[in-house]
Amino acid sequence: MTTTPKRDSYDVVVIGAGPAGLAASATTAQAGLSTLLLDENAGPGGQVWRAIASTPVTAPEQLGADYWAGADLVKEAQASGAEIIQRATVWSLDRRLEIAVSSGGASAFVTARRVILATGALERPFPIPGWTLPGVMTAGAAQTMLKSSGLVPDGRTVIAGQGPLLWLLAAQILRLGGRIDCILDTTERGNYFAALPYALDFVTSPYFAKGLAMMREVKAKARVVTGVSELVASGEGQLASVTYAARGHRETIPADLLLLHQGVVPNVNLAMAAGVEHHWDDRQLCWSPLTDADGNTSVVGIAIAGDGAGIGGAAVAVLRGRIAARAAVESLAPAAIAKLDAENVVRTALAQAERGRSFLDVLFRPAPQFRIPSGNTIVCRCEEVTAQDVLDSVAIGATGPNQLKAYRRTGMGPCQGRLCGLTVTELMAQARGKCPQEIGYYRLRAPVKPITLAELAAGPKTEDDVKAVVRG
Amino acid sequence: MFKRSDQDNRLSVQIFVDGAAVAARQGDTVSAALLASGRDVRRATAVSGAPRLPYCMMGVCFDCLVTIDGVGNRQGCLVPVADGMQIEIQKGKREIGK
Repeated sequence: MTTTPKRDSYDVVVIGAGPAGLAASATTAQAGLSTLLLDENAGPGGQVWRAIASTPVTAPEQLGADYWAGADLVKEAQASGAEIIQRATVWSLDRRLEIAVSSGGASAFVTARRVILATGALERPFPIPGWTLPGVMTAGAAQTMLKSSGLVPDGRTVIAGQGPLLWLLAAQILRLGGRIDCILDTTERGNYFAALPYALDFVTSPYFAKGLAMMREVKAKARVVTGVSELVASGEGQLASVTYAARGHRETIPADLLLLHQGVVPNVNLAMAAGVEHHWDDRQLCWSPLTDADGNTSVVGIAIAGDGAGIGGAAVAVLRGRIAARAAVESLAPAAIAKLDAENVVRTALAQAERGRSFLDVLFRPAPQFRIPSGNTIVCRCEEVTAQDVLDSVAIGATGPNQLKAYRRTGMGPCQGRLCGLTVTELMAQARGKCPQEIGYYRLRAPVKPITLAELAAGPKTEDDVKAVVRG
Repeated sequence: MFKRSDQDNRLSVQIFVDGAAVAARQGDTVSAALLASGRDVRRATAVSGAPRLPYCMMGVCFDCLVTIDGVGNRQGCLVPVADGMQIEIQKGKREIGK
């Protein structure tokens, strides 16, 4: 398998081999553009189609049709002529479209005429008391282990939170003979009413029937508690129990494993470090890049496709990938545009695929107490900073996430704010009586993933570069 | 905490965890193999020494940091196992020379 790019420069570099990245790279390569697809995982598929080429869970009904839908696109990308490198971590992208990528312990540097970012989503932080205890993981983590290694929970297992992924995971665990003791549904009552205006679009979308069937399948086999408004994970050095409150009653359940999930948010680190302008999305409660209808960002030559440009799901991501790729072909090789699907066909399919999303966004808007913690609850997992620490810093003058770094090192650990950034923004906004847009976010910079000094030093350098730092 | 599916017929791969032989499967990540092993594989954080296990399994949380073949601070959830791989559970900061 290739680990280093074959060339120094490409027409198009696509980052991330999930639905959007696979579709984008296949499309630009089919149009004859030199295309490099870089992906951090061992195989293509992103998170939603993780391990699609290698999963031991081969009985098709267990992972479901939406999972296997990815197989054709993986084949299409592999046959397209795009150069695909797995286990390649992009750690820098700048306005000149220069890319630094770490692979096999060494870094390579390439330039592109167009970059399509398809870095997807990550799970929203779920900062409850005890969420750093061993035995507490995200639902996505359990799903990753299920898909790529056929592993299912077999101890006392509680799943808590809300959203489509939570029900899909529960169904998959049960189909594979795993254990679920209880599902704690945190969806707020009021959200059902707030989502009503969007219900018609939803019931006529494919989400509806699939979602209902899955919830029915799970509810037939597992205990479900709705209206959960408080969650605490407890234990000494290891999860021992989960305590919840729901509609006035409180219960403590012994547990070995707690799986948390309250939706996904764009993975913005690379785009922000490249200088792409973002805004606070009040409906999805996260930072989203500002893009035009083709996915183009505020940085000339960089487009974003898929969930990284705002959560839309896999089907939407594929179409946004095609659209961003089409725009790249239009600007770099207009004559080849005839080879691609007609634009109106793709845009119509996109409108169709986006139907029902508003309903999900409003229904599964996470409750404030699960986004904005208090007291000793850890906000920044890496630097072990609590909500009270953040509030204390605000009280003595910290104005936003960047100042807070100097006070408390929040966001300066290895995860670079991925697990605390949204919490810090909302917590500081609330404490200062401002909106998240005014409070802002961490200023992100390369390297967006930690690399060793040796790897950095081994990079190409001119004589002038060397003279600048060597004495004598 | 986790068990393997009956239908998993991938080839076995032997890795070593703090010197002890552990059976993993081809295609497991280091973190998945550690969690499937049933052993106590909790690391200790660099800041307070608090025990942790992997949280996200997709490369973003860094709670899976582990020493692999003598190199510290590797993200165990992104590295596939290989026969004979030497894994050390990392207690605290990465050490100089590792």
